[in-house]
Amino acid sequence: MMNKSEKTALLQSAGATKEIEGRSLWRDARIRLFRNKAAVGSMIILGIITLLAIIAPLLSPYAYDQIDWGYIQEGPNWENGHIFGTDGNGRDLFVRVLYGARVSLAVGLLATAVSLIIGVTYGAIAGYFGGKIDSIMMRFVDVLYSLPFMFFVIMLMVVFGRNIFLIFVALGAVEWLTMARIVRGQTLSLRRREFIEAAHATGVSNFKIIFRHVIPNVLGPVIVYMTLTIPQVILTESFLSFLGLGVQEPLTSWGVLISEGAKVIEASTWMLIYPAVFLALTLFCFNFIGDGLRDALDPKDR
Amino acid sequence: MTVMTAPDKRDNAPILSVRDLKVHFPIPGKGLFAKDRPLKAVDGVNFDLFPGETLGVVGESGCGKSTLGRAILQLIAPSGGQVAWLGKNIVGIPHRDMQPLRRDFQIIFQDPLACLNPRMTIGEIIAEPLVTHKPELGKDEIKTRVKRMMARVGLLPQMINRYPHEFSGGQCQRIGIARAMILEPKLIVCDEPVSALDVSIQAQIVNLLQELQREFDLSLIFISHDLSIVRHICHRIMVLYLGNVMELADRDSIYAAPRHPYTKALISAVPIPDPEIERNKERIVLTGDLPSPLSPPSGCVFRTRCPFAQEKCATDVPKIDRVSETQEVACHFHDNI
Repeated sequence: MMNKSEKTALLQSAGATKEIEGRSLWRDARIRLFRNKAAVGSMIILGIITLLAIIAPLLSPYAYDQIDWGYIQEGPNWENGHIFGTDGNGRDLFVRVLYGARVSLAVGLLATAVSLIIGVTYGAIAGYFGGKIDSIMMRFVDVLYSLPFMFFVIMLMVVFGRNIFLIFVALGAVEWLTMARIVRGQTLSLRRREFIEAAHATGVSNFKIIFRHVIPNVLGPVIVYMTLTIPQVILTESFLSFLGLGVQEPLTSWGVLISEGAKVIEASTWMLIYPAVFLALTLFCFNFIGDGLRDALDPKDR
Repeated sequence: MTVMTAPDKRDNAPILSVRDLKVHFPIPGKGLFAKDRPLKAVDGVNFDLFPGETLGVVGESGCGKSTLGRAILQLIAPSGGQVAWLGKNIVGIPHRDMQPLRRDFQIIFQDPLACLNPRMTIGEIIAEPLVTHKPELGKDEIKTRVKRMMARVGLLPQMINRYPHEFSGGQCQRIGIARAMILEPKLIVCDEPVSALDVSIQAQIVNLLQELQREFDLSLIFISHDLSIVRHICHRIMVLYLGNVMELADRDSIYAAPRHPYTKALISAVPIPDPEIERNKERIVLTGDLPSPLSPPSGCVFRTRCPFAQEKCATDVPKIDRVSETQEVACHFHDNI
């Protein structure tokens, strides 16, 4: 026990002493993540790919839709500047791969962001309130789950026409379902935790409890799932493009390029190899980062 | 630490009156069309709590102590009865009317770490009630108050930016107390606040609670199964068994002359730190376990384990009898045993 004078001394020193910085769970996780070599390497590679995609127009004298009549479907050649070769229409493949990266990464990130916002909010609300609200909300998710995805996308395309924005919406609209389920499950287990009860007892509103107490604590698994969703979305977009439902010419994505390359695999292998390498590399990187994050955020889980 | 004497506040109006409080949880019946069966966690509890008083709630695991505490705070909706706060019933009132009342009562939990959000700094945790109920205060004012309260409960104020996992159990419990105290409430329900701590820390926390109680004229409902601590801190003690009150009395009466056989058994189980006395004392050992609250015994709920049970106990539910000014017992034969 402290005596009175010690206490007053403490009180007086309250303002004077410098505050000690705490080490949050997020910071711990970050430190663990940066110790993971595979994850750090992946982040560097992804950073480079992203940077290349952003500054693509500066890297080559050719535009992505510019036809070079002298070199149609020619192999890689450093002397004329077509370092990845050209495609069947004489367009520079290097620039097209980087423009494809723009589309693929944007689809991946945006669709995941859409799924994140809808899924986390929806799942947290369903899990937090529980009971009838939960049942109704989750049955709705089950119904959406049972819709065949391809059918859904084709319908969207037929009704609204082919549009890159629609792909974001379609992919986001499908991916949030799993996110909602994950978040709901996590929230259900959090709901009975004592710090939530303490917030209740204090009179914090439900809305604030969800956003201040529930969501920050479910974010761990959510982030991991998110990094694994991005490659999934990129892959799905590639698949849609491969089927001819994706982006429209002359804009391109990795899926479109791979699809074109696959048709001429015997005559001009480079048209398949370069976009495929970029796609595979990106997917690998996201998966490594996802694994690294999972280990970093949940050290007990290893 | 001196043992406190009970404040003589019977003349005052009670701060909290609980009348016939019931919490029944519906348990789905077996079979497709079976009816739900009620699990009677708390079944008709009555008591008054006066300002500045500590009421101990004791009983074995599963007797409804925690449920009672939460039902009083309306964290679990009671299925019947009344809880009157300063004379006004708060059972079943709309959420909107309940929120402003919450600044007056708080809760302290058993598990010190689990009751703190691991993603928030302790400054944010302690400030949360202030931010919720007094949003008009500026950031600096809130911070000053949080630091003052941290110092008051024995935490270093410069720790304000640390996270719960950086503290020990006792310190976490101090954080929990600071959060409960920051709005200067009138009632705190302490749900086994020290049972997760080791003994030296228990004493510190209990003494801290007593100091705060004196300073702020706080009423406490102290839920515990540790009879020594209850004896140290409580003015009155309520013994619960299977959601029913067995005995409610002043601390001194209940330890000196327990009237209910269950209370006698509980008190005889408290070890006395003197081997001579301990060896020779009369020990009432109860056999069996707590019956299922889904199918409580008929009549007196304690009869299945009561060494004095007679036929009447199986048929009639004992009424609460006032045996003296300060002691109430629910037993048919409290005069004879």
